[in-house]
Parts: sequence; C-alpha cells; structure tokens
Amino acid sequence: MHRIFEAGFFSSEPVRVALWIGALIAVVSALVGMFTVMRGQSFGGHALTDVSTAGGSGALLIGMAPLAGFVAGGVLGAGVMEAIGVRRARGRDLATGIALGAATGFAALFLYLDTTTGATTGASQQILFGSIFVLQSSTIPYVIIFGGVALCLIVFLYRPLLLSSVNDEMARARGVPVRTVGALYMLALAIAVGLSSLVIGTILSTALLIGPPAVALRLTKQMRWAIVLAVLIGIGATWLGVLLAYDSYYWGSAKNGWPVSFFIVAIVFVTYLASGLPRVFSGKRQAVPELVDPNLVVGHLDA
Amino acid sequence: MSNRPADEVLAVEAVDVWLAGRRILEAVSFELHAGEFTGLIGSNGAGKTTLFRVILGLQRPSAGQVLVEGLPGSRRNRSIGYVPQKAVLDSDIPLRARDLIALGIDGNRFGMPIRWAKRAALVEEMLHAVDATRFADSRVGQLSGGEQQRVLIAHALISRPKLLLLDEPLANLDIRSGQEIIELLSRISREQRVAVFLSAHEMNPLLPVMDRIVYLAGGRAASGTAEEVVRPDVLGKLYGHHVDVLHVHGRILVIAGHGSGDEEVLAVSPDLVVG
Repeated sequence: MHRIFEAGFFSSEPVRVALWIGALIAVVSALVGMFTVMRGQSFGGHALTDVSTAGGSGALLIGMAPLAGFVAGGVLGAGVMEAIGVRRARGRDLATGIALGAATGFAALFLYLDTTTGATTGASQQILFGSIFVLQSSTIPYVIIFGGVALCLIVFLYRPLLLSSVNDEMARARGVPVRTVGALYMLALAIAVGLSSLVIGTILSTALLIGPPAVALRLTKQMRWAIVLAVLIGIGATWLGVLLAYDSYYWGSAKNGWPVSFFIVAIVFVTYLASGLPRVFSGKRQAVPELVDPNLVVGHLDA
Repeated sequence: MSNRPADEVLAVEAVDVWLAGRRILEAVSFELHAGEFTGLIGSNGAGKTTLFRVILGLQRPSAGQVLVEGLPGSRRNRSIGYVPQKAVLDSDIPLRARDLIALGIDGNRFGMPIRWAKRAALVEEMLHAVDATRFADSRVGQLSGGEQQRVLIAHALISRPKLLLLDEPLANLDIRSGQEIIELLSRISREQRVAVFLSAHEMNPLLPVMDRIVYLAGGRAASGTAEEVVRPDVLGKLYGHHVDVLHVHGRILVIAGHGSGDEEVLAVSPDLVVG
C-alpha cells in the first residue's frame, strides 16, 4: 500500500533542503521567467542553457561546484548574446547557433572527461538533469546569494523592464536606457537559468523558467496576480515533484527512484495543458486585427 | 529666447540628418504651438519617423537644433508624449488598459510602483479623457486597434506633456475608428492646450481639424496652414519637380511625378477611389 507521504519524508535532511531551496529557486524562476515570456525570449533562455551545461560540467572537472559553472556560463552566454544582439537581427541567428553548438561541444568533452578521468560519478545525470537531492551544503549559501541578486535585479528593473517589454520605442521615448535595462535583465535570466539547472538540470531548466509564467499569463490579466500565480505554480510543481520522486523509491520492487526533474517538468506540462482548457471550452475571442488596410498611396501613375 | 512666442512648444531649426551616407532630412524648420493640431504629411520614406526620433532626442541631427519649450537638453527633461508607429500590444501582456495608462506616470523610474490614491484618480481622469472607461479593465492585447490607440494616447498624456507625437496612428484603423481618434485628439489639443503632432501619409481625414500642416517630401519640409502649403508651387519646390494639386469634392489630391514611372499619388481617400 502506498502512502502520499512515504516514511521518512519530512525527517529526511536532503528532502528538507530540496523543499526549501527548490522553493526559493521556483520563486526566482517564476519572477524572471514572467518577463522572459512577455519579451518573447524563451528561445534566448533556452540558448543560455547550452552555455550553462558547458560551464557546469567544466566546473565539475576542476573540482568546483556546478552552480558556479552554471552561473558563470550563463552570464558569459548572456553577454555574448547581448553583444551580437540576437533579439533583433535575424541574420545573426547563424552566429548564435554556431556559438551555441561550440558550447555544447565543450559540454560533451567536459562531461566525458568528468566521467572517465574525474572522480565524479553520474556527472552527466547531475548536470543535465539536476541534483536537488544531492546538493552539497557548501553550495546552499551561494544559491541564496544568487537568488537574492536575481530578485533584487527584477525588483529594481520592474517598471522600465515592464514598459520596454510592452514596447521598446515607448520606453526609449520616456528616457528608459533600454539596452542597459535589457542587459541587466539578461544577467538576471542567466542567474535564474543557472539556479533552475541545479534543480532540474540544464536541459530542462527552461521548463521551470517559462512554464509557470506561461500558465499564469493564460489565467489572469493583471501583472501582480500573474506573478503570484506563477510563483505558486512554480513552488507547487517543485514540491509535488520532490514528493513524487521521493515516493517513487517505494514504487515497484526495484527500489530505484525516478528523477525529480521528470516529475517537475511533467507537472508543469500538464498544468500548462490544463490552463488552456477554459479557453477551448469558452471559445474566447482573440484580438482580431481590423479589416481595412488603408494603404493610401493607392497606386502609381505611368506617364 | 525672449523673442519666442509664449505658446511655442517646439522649434525645429534647420535640422539636417544624414544616415549611412544618405541625407534623410535637409534644413527642416518649423514651430509648433500649444493647443494646435498639426499634421506631419509625407509618403512612406519621406523622413517622418526620423523627424520624430530627432524631436524625441533619439537621433542626433547632423546640423541644426530642436528646442522643446525653448530648451535644448537631453531626452530626459523633455515633456513629450509619444505613440509609436505600429504599436501592437501583445495578447500575452498581463496589463489592463488602466495598468498601461498608469505606467505612463512613472514607467521610466526604477523600483516597484507605489500605489497612491492620486495615481488612481489620475488614471480615472485619463480614462474619461480618451473615452476608455468601458474597457478599462480589459487586457490591452484583447482590445481592438482603435481601443488600443486610445489607451496609448492616455498613456502618453498622463504625464501632462506639452507636446504629443503620434507616428501614423491611423495606419491600422478602419475609417470610422480613425475619425474618432482624430476628433479625440482635436478635442484634447484644445482642452488641454497640448500641441498635437500627428504623422500620416493621407491628409484628407485631417483637413477638418488640422490647424497647421508640415509637409515632408524628399527630406525637405514646408509648413503653414493647408492653404499655404498644399499648392503646386510650394510642393513643387519640395519635390524638385512639377506637382499637381487637384481639389475634388472637397478633397485634395497631390500628384507628384516626373515621368519616370515612380510617381506617387498622395492623399487619396480610399472611398474616393472606390466611388
């Protein structure tokens, strides 16, 4: 017979750490991710994870905590993306793609070396799919510091970031230093990607970043409620994921638990699907562009 | 500066703009006055958006200067409201009409917004001013084009600017919504003593409300009342070749061409063509 809370859930130290650190990271991800979704930068966020993977696996190789590598890689990647302006010029897609491919190549090398020459077992699993249950206690203060920095950045940038997410030109006309705001936001995004890589791994980190905000944006029309909702969904998915991963040790006879990242991502995905249901059933109207195209230079005269 | 008229809000003085080796604006000069409605008329590529960027301080002129209320100065101290071209509000944006308008008060400041009673009252006042109370609590991305324009105008006006710039606000609107926006702006310019400066490539819808016109062609500008500016001799000088100005059923038709096949017909109303 299975129980909701299997024996030892609340008394287990790794579980307690996973719950609290997971919650903090879910809050950071939801807040930062809200703007990622609004700015249409979820691809940019995903691209950062490639560089984070290289950073995290490289950090392991030289005996450092993966978090340091995640964040360092993310910040480096964000800097490069800002410098070549991926958000605007479509033609630079190619440069970005090649640079990211190179980063992934390094990640492949580092992960190979981690597992063959290094002392770290399960490096690939840890980097790519997360390590919330095996956090080193020395990493925890850094999680709190990085999380605090990202939260402060978002609070500080809130209004100009919101305005420039609505419309760049409007913000610029009001004297908002749009590029600086965008660059500082990318820093917050790099940190958030690094932190959520710690929970569910680099490959899946954007799910925690953009999933909860995407659900929240479907359900409410007010910014503050969207933020509250995204935070709650993020924490809920993380906690439920931790619980199910813990319980999964008791499923079947093999006594092998399933990875927590699978559960979190699955919960986020199901929540996202469910949030679309009200719209499907009510057949709610979408904003339809108006009909007339008053292109008033109606023609050219041939002399 | 003492010889400037008291109600002069904007003075553009001999502005030249070169971009990538091309002269976009050439010796452009005109003034705008408080409470007046001025149309910036020109075809696509005539330099309308560039001129707006110069006024906003986002584009440095190669020569000449722009004075807002008699002052040069950086973009920050300028009291200009701005509605950009093709400002399409995404349906993902979790802002109601009233939230976006409130963002016009202090959206450029760092930190979180603080709620105070006066702020809500100000937003309410703007909602009335642009006749947007009906959809004040709808998400901006779900409003129609005309409704979005009203919200954007309120957003631009709530900081009480002396000058309101609108870049092609009628471009995505049907004729009736366009008329409503024009009437709204005309009323606002008179009641709030704002200088409204609106760009369009079609002047006819604006003729009933326009106090003055700034006509832009080939990077050069002519300004004055419509009667003073929209004449074959004045426009001919701007275009640098022969121009016909036809008056048809109370509308004005400008035919500018020099026989090479790239002539443009400006200011033709769609219903004129269809009818």
